Amino acid sequence: MRISVEINGREYEGEVEPRTLLSDFIRHTAGLTGTKVGCEQGVCGACTVQLDGEAVRSCLMLAVQARGRALRTVEGLAGEGGMHPLQRAFHEAHALQCGFCTPGFLMSMEAFLREHPHASDEDLREALAGNLCRCTGYLGIVEAVEQAARELRGD
Amino acid sequence: MKPPPFEYEAPSSVEEALPLLGLDSTVLAGGQSLVPLLNLRLAQPELIVDINGIAELDYIRAEDGTLRIGAMTRQVTLERSELVKERWPLLSKAIGLVGHAQIRSRGTVGGSVAHADPAAELPVALTALGARFHLRSPGGTRPVDAADFFLGPLYTVREPDELLVEVEVPEPIDGAGSGFAEHARTHGDFATAGAAAIMAPGVHAAVVLLGAGPMPVRAEAAERALTGGAEPREAAALSAQDVEDEHRRALCTELARRAIEEAMA
Repeated sequence: MRISVEINGREYEGEVEPRTLLSDFIRHTAGLTGTKVGCEQGVCGACTVQLDGEAVRSCLMLAVQARGRALRTVEGLAGEGGMHPLQRAFHEAHALQCGFCTPGFLMSMEAFLREHPHASDEDLREALAGNLCRCTGYLGIVEAVEQAARELRGD
Repeated sequence: MKPPPFEYEAPSSVEEALPLLGLDSTVLAGGQSLVPLLNLRLAQPELIVDINGIAELDYIRAEDGTLRIGAMTRQVTLERSELVKERWPLLSKAIGLVGHAQIRSRGTVGGSVAHADPAAELPVALTALGARFHLRSPGGTRPVDAADFFLGPLYTVREPDELLVEVEVPEPIDGAGSGFAEHARTHGDFATAGAAAIMAPGVHAAVVLLGAGPMPVRAEAAERALTGGAEPREAAALSAQDVEDEHRRALCTELARRAIEEAMA
Protein backbone atom coordinates (compact mmCIF):
# COMPACT_ATOMS: atom_id res chain seq x y z
CA MET A 1 0.00 0.00 0.00
CA ARG A 2 1.23 3.48 -0.81
CA ILE A 3 0.72 5.94 2.05
CA SER A 4 1.52 9.53 2.77
CA VAL A 5 2.02 10.82 6.31
CA GLU A 6 2.74 14.33 7.50
CA ILE A 7 5.69 14.40 9.90
CA ASN A 8 6.93 17.66 11.37
CA GLY A 9 5.03 19.60 8.72
CA ARG A 10 6.44 17.67 5.76
CA GLU A 11 4.78 14.91 3.71
CA TYR A 12 6.56 11.56 3.63
CA GLU A 13 5.40 8.98 1.11
CA GLY A 14 6.22 5.31 1.04
CA GLU A 15 5.19 1.78 0.20
CA VAL A 16 4.16 -0.23 3.28
CA GLU A 17 2.61 -3.55 4.17
CA PRO A 18 -0.44 -3.41 6.45
CA ARG A 19 1.73 -4.90 9.21
CA THR A 20 4.39 -2.16 9.00
CA LEU A 21 4.57 -0.45 12.37
CA LEU A 22 4.45 3.33 12.46
CA SER A 23 7.76 3.33 14.36
CA ASP A 24 9.41 1.51 11.42
CA PHE A 25 7.83 3.85 8.87
CA ILE A 26 9.21 6.84 10.77
CA ARG A 27 12.72 5.37 11.03
CA HIS A 28 13.13 3.41 7.80
CA THR A 29 10.87 5.11 5.26
CA ALA A 30 10.99 8.70 6.48
CA GLY A 31 14.57 8.26 7.71
CA LEU A 32 13.84 10.07 10.97
CA THR A 33 15.94 7.98 13.33
CA GLY A 34 15.52 10.26 16.35
CA THR A 35 12.54 8.11 17.35
CA LYS A 36 13.91 5.00 19.04
CA VAL A 37 12.52 1.48 19.13
CA GLY A 38 12.94 -0.32 22.44
CA CYS A 39 10.54 -3.01 23.57
CA GLU A 40 7.94 -2.94 20.76
CA GLN A 41 5.25 -3.82 23.27
CA GLY A 42 4.28 -0.43 24.61
CA VAL A 43 6.20 -0.61 27.87
CA CYS A 44 9.42 1.41 27.50
CA GLY A 45 8.14 4.60 25.83
CA ALA A 46 11.26 5.11 23.69
CA CYS A 47 9.15 5.27 20.50
CA THR A 48 6.76 7.94 21.80
CA VAL A 49 5.75 10.51 19.17
CA GLN A 50 2.84 12.94 18.94
CA LEU A 51 -0.20 12.17 16.82
CA ASP A 52 -2.26 15.31 16.27
CA GLY A 53 -0.68 16.70 19.44
CA GLU A 54 -1.26 13.66 21.70
CA ALA A 55 1.62 11.48 22.90
CA VAL A 56 1.31 7.95 21.50
CA ARG A 57 3.47 4.85 21.23
CA SER A 58 4.50 4.60 17.57
CA CYS A 59 5.26 0.88 18.00
CA LEU A 60 1.60 0.26 18.85
CA MET A 61 0.21 1.81 15.67
CA LEU A 62 0.28 0.55 12.13
CA ALA A 63 1.77 2.97 9.63
CA VAL A 64 -1.43 2.84 7.56
CA GLN A 65 -3.31 4.24 10.55
CA ALA A 66 -1.34 7.49 10.31
CA ARG A 67 -2.61 8.27 6.81
CA GLY A 68 -3.88 11.84 6.72
CA ARG A 69 -2.74 12.55 10.27
CA ALA A 70 -0.09 14.96 11.53
CA LEU A 71 2.84 13.47 13.42
CA ARG A 72 5.54 15.20 15.37
CA THR A 73 8.81 13.53 16.26
CA VAL A 74 11.82 14.72 18.23
CA GLU A 75 13.26 16.20 15.02
CA GLY A 76 10.33 18.63 15.03
CA LEU A 77 10.94 19.87 18.57
CA ALA A 78 13.68 22.46 18.08
CA GLY A 79 12.52 25.75 16.59
CA GLU A 80 14.25 28.59 14.78
CA GLY A 81 15.53 29.86 18.09
CA GLY A 82 17.39 26.62 18.71
CA MET A 83 16.60 23.84 21.15
CA HIS A 84 13.19 23.54 22.78
CA PRO A 85 13.24 24.56 26.48
CA LEU A 86 12.79 20.88 27.38
CA GLN A 87 15.79 19.85 25.31
CA ARG A 88 17.90 22.62 26.83
CA ALA A 89 16.79 21.64 30.34
CA PHE A 90 17.64 17.96 29.72
CA HIS A 91 21.09 19.08 28.58
CA GLU A 92 21.65 21.37 31.54
CA ALA A 93 20.26 19.09 34.26
CA HIS A 94 22.16 16.01 33.03
CA ALA A 95 18.86 14.27 32.34
CA LEU A 96 20.44 11.78 29.96
CA GLN A 97 23.43 9.54 29.76
CA CYS A 98 23.19 7.17 26.79
CA GLY A 99 20.28 9.18 25.36
CA PHE A 100 18.30 6.28 23.92
CA CYS A 101 15.21 7.04 25.99
CA THR A 102 15.46 10.83 25.62
CA PRO A 103 13.37 11.41 22.46
CA GLY A 104 10.50 9.47 24.05
CA PHE A 105 10.75 11.46 27.27
CA LEU A 106 10.83 14.74 25.35
CA MET A 107 7.77 13.95 23.22
CA SER A 108 5.81 12.68 26.24
CA MET A 109 6.71 15.65 28.41
CA GLU A 110 6.11 18.29 25.71
CA ALA A 111 2.52 17.03 25.36
CA PHE A 112 2.14 16.74 29.14
CA LEU A 113 3.37 20.28 29.92
CA ARG A 114 1.14 21.72 27.22
CA GLU A 115 -1.90 20.18 28.92
CA HIS A 116 -0.68 20.60 32.51
CA PRO A 117 1.53 23.72 32.70
CA HIS A 118 1.03 23.89 36.49
CA ALA A 119 1.50 20.19 37.22
CA SER A 120 2.41 19.29 40.79
CA ASP A 121 5.59 17.36 41.52
CA GLU A 122 3.47 14.23 42.09
CA ASP A 123 1.59 14.63 38.78
CA LEU A 124 4.86 15.14 36.98
CA ARG A 125 6.40 12.00 38.42
CA GLU A 126 3.25 10.07 37.54
CA ALA A 127 3.45 11.38 33.97
CA LEU A 128 7.08 10.30 33.75
CA ALA A 129 6.11 6.72 34.63
CA GLY A 130 5.27 6.01 31.00
CA ASN A 131 8.91 6.21 29.94
CA LEU A 132 11.79 4.08 31.15
CA CYS A 133 15.36 5.27 31.63
CA ARG A 134 18.05 2.80 32.59
CA CYS A 135 20.91 5.27 33.11
CA THR A 136 19.97 8.32 35.11
CA GLY A 137 17.89 7.18 38.04
CA TYR A 138 15.32 9.80 36.97
CA LEU A 139 16.34 12.59 39.36
CA GLY A 140 17.96 14.59 36.57
CA ILE A 141 14.92 14.03 34.38
CA VAL A 142 12.52 15.26 37.08
CA GLU A 143 14.71 18.31 37.60
CA ALA A 144 14.90 19.01 33.86
CA VAL A 145 11.13 18.80 33.38
CA GLU A 146 10.56 21.08 36.37
CA GLN A 147 13.06 23.57 34.96
CA ALA A 148 11.42 23.46 31.51
CA ALA A 149 7.95 23.82 33.05
CA ARG A 150 9.07 26.98 34.87
CA GLU A 151 10.58 28.39 31.68
CA LEU A 152 7.52 27.55 29.56
CA ARG A 153 5.24 29.21 32.17
CA GLY A 154 7.50 32.27 32.12
CA ASP A 155 8.21 32.09 35.89
CA MET B 1 9.49 -8.85 16.88
CA LYS B 2 7.27 -7.74 14.03
CA PRO B 3 3.65 -8.60 13.33
CA PRO B 4 2.97 -11.56 11.05
CA PRO B 5 1.43 -10.68 7.66
CA PHE B 6 -2.31 -10.09 7.60
CA GLU B 7 -5.00 -8.68 5.36
CA TYR B 8 -6.25 -5.27 6.37
CA GLU B 9 -9.63 -3.59 6.05
CA ALA B 10 -10.62 -0.23 7.47
CA PRO B 11 -14.40 0.13 7.19
CA SER B 12 -15.89 3.57 7.83
CA SER B 13 -19.23 2.40 9.26
CA VAL B 14 -20.58 -0.38 11.48
CA GLU B 15 -22.62 -1.67 8.53
CA GLU B 16 -19.45 -2.07 6.48
CA ALA B 17 -17.57 -3.66 9.38
CA LEU B 18 -20.07 -6.38 10.32
CA PRO B 19 -19.69 -8.63 7.21
CA LEU B 20 -15.91 -8.64 7.76
CA LEU B 21 -16.12 -10.11 11.25
CA GLY B 22 -15.68 -13.81 11.87
CA LEU B 23 -13.41 -16.55 13.18
CA ASP B 24 -10.41 -15.52 11.07
CA SER B 25 -10.61 -11.79 11.71
CA THR B 26 -9.67 -9.64 14.65
CA VAL B 27 -11.01 -6.19 15.44
CA LEU B 28 -8.38 -3.48 15.88
CA ALA B 29 -9.65 -0.69 18.13
CA GLY B 30 -7.01 1.32 20.03
CA GLY B 31 -4.45 -1.42 19.53
CA GLN B 32 -2.78 -0.98 22.90
CA SER B 33 -3.29 -4.66 23.74
CA LEU B 34 -3.66 -6.17 20.28
CA VAL B 35 -0.56 -4.64 18.67
CA PRO B 36 1.78 -5.95 21.42
CA LEU B 37 0.20 -9.39 20.87
CA LEU B 38 0.80 -9.02 17.12
CA ASN B 39 4.38 -7.84 17.66
CA LEU B 40 5.02 -10.87 19.86
CA ARG B 41 3.19 -13.02 17.27
CA LEU B 42 0.91 -14.33 19.98
CA ALA B 43 -1.97 -13.16 17.77
CA GLN B 44 -1.87 -14.22 14.10
CA PRO B 45 -5.17 -13.19 12.53
CA GLU B 46 -5.84 -13.61 8.80
CA LEU B 47 -7.64 -10.29 8.67
CA ILE B 48 -7.46 -7.17 10.79
CA VAL B 49 -10.63 -5.11 10.78
CA ASP B 50 -9.52 -1.63 11.83
CA ILE B 51 -12.51 0.23 13.28
CA ASN B 52 -10.64 3.48 13.99
CA GLY B 53 -12.33 5.11 11.03
CA ILE B 54 -15.85 4.47 12.34
CA ALA B 55 -16.73 7.92 13.63
CA GLU B 56 -20.24 6.86 14.67
CA LEU B 57 -18.73 4.80 17.53
CA ASP B 58 -16.98 7.78 19.14
CA TYR B 59 -19.28 9.54 21.61
CA ILE B 60 -20.06 10.11 25.28
CA ARG B 61 -23.57 11.28 26.01
CA ALA B 62 -26.20 11.15 28.74
CA GLU B 63 -29.71 10.20 27.67
CA ASP B 64 -32.52 10.22 30.25
CA GLY B 65 -29.89 9.92 32.96
CA THR B 66 -28.14 6.93 31.33
CA LEU B 67 -24.55 7.25 30.18
CA ARG B 68 -23.83 5.98 26.68
CA ILE B 69 -20.24 5.53 25.55
CA GLY B 70 -19.41 4.57 21.97
CA ALA B 71 -17.02 1.63 21.79
CA MET B 72 -14.34 3.63 19.91
CA THR B 73 -14.26 6.44 22.48
CA ARG B 74 -10.62 6.97 23.45
CA GLN B 75 -9.81 6.41 27.11
CA VAL B 76 -8.39 9.94 27.28
CA THR B 77 -11.76 11.33 26.17
CA LEU B 78 -13.45 9.50 29.05
CA GLU B 79 -10.72 10.74 31.40
CA ARG B 80 -11.34 14.37 30.38
CA SER B 81 -15.14 14.18 30.38
CA GLU B 82 -16.61 16.61 32.93
CA LEU B 83 -19.96 14.83 32.65
CA VAL B 84 -18.36 11.54 33.70
CA LYS B 85 -16.33 13.17 36.50
CA GLU B 86 -19.46 14.71 37.92
CA ARG B 87 -22.00 11.91 37.52
CA TRP B 88 -19.99 8.67 37.26
CA PRO B 89 -16.80 9.46 39.23
CA LEU B 90 -15.95 5.77 39.63
CA LEU B 91 -15.19 5.66 35.90
CA SER B 92 -12.92 8.70 36.18
CA LYS B 93 -11.07 7.12 39.11
CA ALA B 94 -10.63 3.83 37.25
CA ILE B 95 -9.57 5.32 33.91
CA GLY B 96 -6.72 7.28 35.47
CA LEU B 97 -5.17 3.97 36.49
CA VAL B 98 -5.26 2.46 32.99
CA GLY B 99 -1.72 2.20 31.59
CA HIS B 100 -0.04 5.54 31.03
CA ALA B 101 -1.17 8.74 29.31
CA GLN B 102 0.52 7.58 26.09
CA ILE B 103 -1.63 4.42 26.21
CA ARG B 104 -4.89 6.19 27.08
CA SER B 105 -4.47 8.56 24.15
CA ARG B 106 -5.02 5.60 21.78
CA GLY B 107 -6.71 2.97 23.96
CA THR B 108 -10.49 2.78 23.75
CA VAL B 109 -13.29 2.06 26.20
CA GLY B 110 -14.74 -0.69 24.00
CA GLY B 111 -11.34 -2.25 23.40
CA SER B 112 -10.66 -2.55 27.11
CA VAL B 113 -14.03 -4.25 27.65
CA ALA B 114 -13.85 -6.59 24.64
CA HIS B 115 -10.22 -7.57 25.27
CA ALA B 116 -11.17 -8.63 28.83
CA ASP B 117 -7.73 -8.62 30.38
CA PRO B 118 -8.17 -9.90 33.95
CA ALA B 119 -5.97 -7.02 35.19
CA ALA B 120 -8.00 -4.31 33.42
CA GLU B 121 -9.63 -1.60 35.52
CA LEU B 122 -12.58 -0.65 33.30
CA PRO B 123 -14.33 -4.06 33.34
CA VAL B 124 -14.17 -4.00 37.16
CA ALA B 125 -15.58 -0.48 37.44
CA LEU B 126 -18.27 -1.17 34.82
CA THR B 127 -19.33 -4.38 36.61
CA ALA B 128 -19.69 -2.42 39.86
CA LEU B 129 -21.76 0.19 38.04
CA GLY B 130 -24.10 -2.46 36.58
CA ALA B 131 -23.20 -1.50 33.00
CA ARG B 132 -24.56 -3.21 29.90
CA PHE B 133 -22.63 -3.88 26.72
CA HIS B 134 -24.33 -3.72 23.34
CA LEU B 135 -23.18 -6.28 20.78
CA ARG B 136 -24.11 -5.79 17.13
CA SER B 137 -24.16 -8.54 14.51
CA PRO B 138 -25.79 -8.83 11.09
CA GLY B 139 -28.78 -10.30 12.99
CA GLY B 140 -29.30 -7.25 15.22
CA THR B 141 -28.14 -5.87 18.57
CA ARG B 142 -28.20 -7.64 21.92
CA PRO B 143 -27.46 -6.14 25.32
CA VAL B 144 -25.39 -8.16 27.80
CA ASP B 145 -25.03 -7.27 31.48
CA ALA B 146 -21.43 -6.72 32.55
CA ALA B 147 -21.94 -9.42 35.21
CA ASP B 148 -22.63 -11.98 32.42
CA PHE B 149 -20.15 -10.70 29.83
CA PHE B 150 -16.76 -11.87 31.10
CA LEU B 151 -16.05 -15.60 31.01
CA GLY B 152 -12.31 -15.77 31.66
CA PRO B 153 -8.97 -14.19 30.72
CA LEU B 154 -9.38 -12.53 27.29
CA TYR B 155 -12.64 -14.48 26.95
CA THR B 156 -16.16 -13.07 26.78
CA VAL B 157 -19.63 -14.03 25.51
CA ARG B 158 -19.05 -11.96 22.36
CA GLU B 159 -19.48 -14.16 19.26
CA PRO B 160 -16.91 -13.82 16.44
CA ASP B 161 -19.46 -12.08 14.19
CA GLU B 162 -20.42 -9.54 16.86
CA LEU B 163 -19.00 -6.07 17.35
CA LEU B 164 -19.15 -4.30 20.71
CA VAL B 165 -20.72 -0.98 19.78
CA GLU B 166 -21.77 0.69 23.03
CA VAL B 167 -21.25 0.68 26.77
CA GLU B 168 -24.34 1.74 28.69
CA VAL B 169 -24.07 2.82 32.32
CA PRO B 170 -27.26 3.24 34.35
CA GLU B 171 -28.22 6.42 36.17
CA PRO B 172 -26.24 6.90 39.41
CA ILE B 173 -28.01 5.91 42.62
CA ASP B 174 -29.02 8.93 44.70
CA GLY B 175 -26.52 9.69 47.41
CA ALA B 176 -24.11 6.94 46.39
CA GLY B 177 -20.36 7.40 46.71
CA SER B 178 -17.67 5.42 44.95
CA GLY B 179 -14.10 4.28 45.44
CA PHE B 180 -11.42 2.50 43.44
CA ALA B 181 -8.14 1.18 44.84
CA GLU B 182 -5.48 -0.97 43.25
CA HIS B 183 -1.98 -2.29 43.76
CA ALA B 184 0.55 -2.45 40.93
CA ARG B 185 4.28 -3.06 41.26
CA THR B 186 4.99 0.22 39.51
CA HIS B 187 2.64 3.01 38.53
CA GLY B 188 0.83 2.24 35.28
CA ASP B 189 1.87 -1.39 35.29
CA PHE B 190 -0.71 -4.17 35.23
CA ALA B 191 -2.44 -4.27 38.61
CA THR B 192 -1.92 -7.30 40.83
CA ALA B 193 -5.17 -6.64 42.67
CA GLY B 194 -7.79 -3.96 43.06
CA ALA B 195 -11.32 -3.17 44.13
CA ALA B 196 -14.19 -0.96 43.08
CA ALA B 197 -16.97 0.00 45.47
CA ILE B 198 -20.21 1.91 45.27
CA MET B 199 -22.02 2.69 48.52
CA ALA B 200 -25.37 4.24 49.30
CA PRO B 201 -25.62 3.36 53.00
CA GLY B 202 -28.61 1.18 53.77
CA VAL B 203 -29.76 1.21 50.14
CA HIS B 204 -27.11 -0.17 47.84
CA ALA B 205 -23.64 -1.66 47.97
CA ALA B 206 -21.49 -2.95 45.13
CA VAL B 207 -17.99 -4.37 45.61
CA VAL B 208 -16.09 -5.86 42.68
CA LEU B 209 -12.56 -7.23 42.88
CA LEU B 210 -9.69 -7.19 40.40
CA GLY B 211 -7.17 -10.00 40.69
CA ALA B 212 -9.40 -12.27 42.76
CA GLY B 213 -10.11 -14.49 39.75
CA PRO B 214 -9.80 -14.71 35.96
CA MET B 215 -12.35 -11.88 35.52
CA PRO B 216 -14.02 -9.21 37.66
CA VAL B 217 -15.37 -10.92 40.78
CA ARG B 218 -18.47 -9.57 42.48
CA ALA B 219 -18.07 -9.80 46.27
CA GLU B 220 -21.67 -10.67 47.06
CA ALA B 221 -21.13 -11.62 50.70
CA ALA B 222 -19.49 -8.26 51.33
CA GLU B 223 -22.29 -6.45 49.51
CA ARG B 224 -24.94 -8.14 51.64
CA ALA B 225 -23.03 -7.36 54.81
CA LEU B 226 -22.64 -3.69 53.84
CA THR B 227 -26.31 -3.31 53.01
CA GLY B 228 -26.99 -4.76 56.47
CA GLY B 229 -24.79 -2.11 58.06
CA ALA B 230 -21.43 -3.89 58.40
CA GLU B 231 -18.24 -1.89 58.93
CA PRO B 232 -15.89 -1.55 55.93
CA ARG B 233 -13.16 -3.69 57.57
CA GLU B 234 -15.62 -6.48 58.34
CA ALA B 235 -17.11 -6.43 54.82
CA ALA B 236 -13.68 -6.27 53.22
CA ALA B 237 -12.64 -9.45 55.04
CA LEU B 238 -15.69 -11.19 53.58
CA SER B 239 -15.03 -9.88 50.08
CA ALA B 240 -11.89 -11.89 49.45
CA GLN B 241 -12.57 -14.93 51.65
CA ASP B 242 -12.67 -17.26 48.61
CA VAL B 243 -9.34 -16.10 47.18
CA GLU B 244 -6.98 -19.04 47.70
CA ASP B 245 -3.59 -17.38 47.38
CA GLU B 246 -2.75 -15.80 50.71
CA HIS B 247 -0.92 -12.79 49.28
CA ARG B 248 -3.71 -12.01 46.85
CA ARG B 249 -6.32 -12.46 49.55
CA ALA B 250 -4.50 -10.00 51.78
CA LEU B 251 -4.18 -7.49 48.93
CA CYS B 252 -7.83 -7.82 47.87
CA THR B 253 -9.03 -7.47 51.45
CA GLU B 254 -7.03 -4.31 52.06
CA LEU B 255 -7.92 -2.75 48.70
CA ALA B 256 -11.60 -3.56 49.20
CA ARG B 257 -11.45 -1.82 52.58
CA ARG B 258 -9.89 1.27 51.00
CA ALA B 259 -12.41 1.32 48.15
CA ILE B 260 -15.37 0.90 50.53
CA GLU B 261 -14.10 3.61 52.88
CA GLU B 262 -13.53 5.96 49.96
CA ALA B 263 -17.06 5.24 48.76
CA MET B 264 -18.46 6.03 52.23
CA ALA B 265 -16.39 9.16 52.79
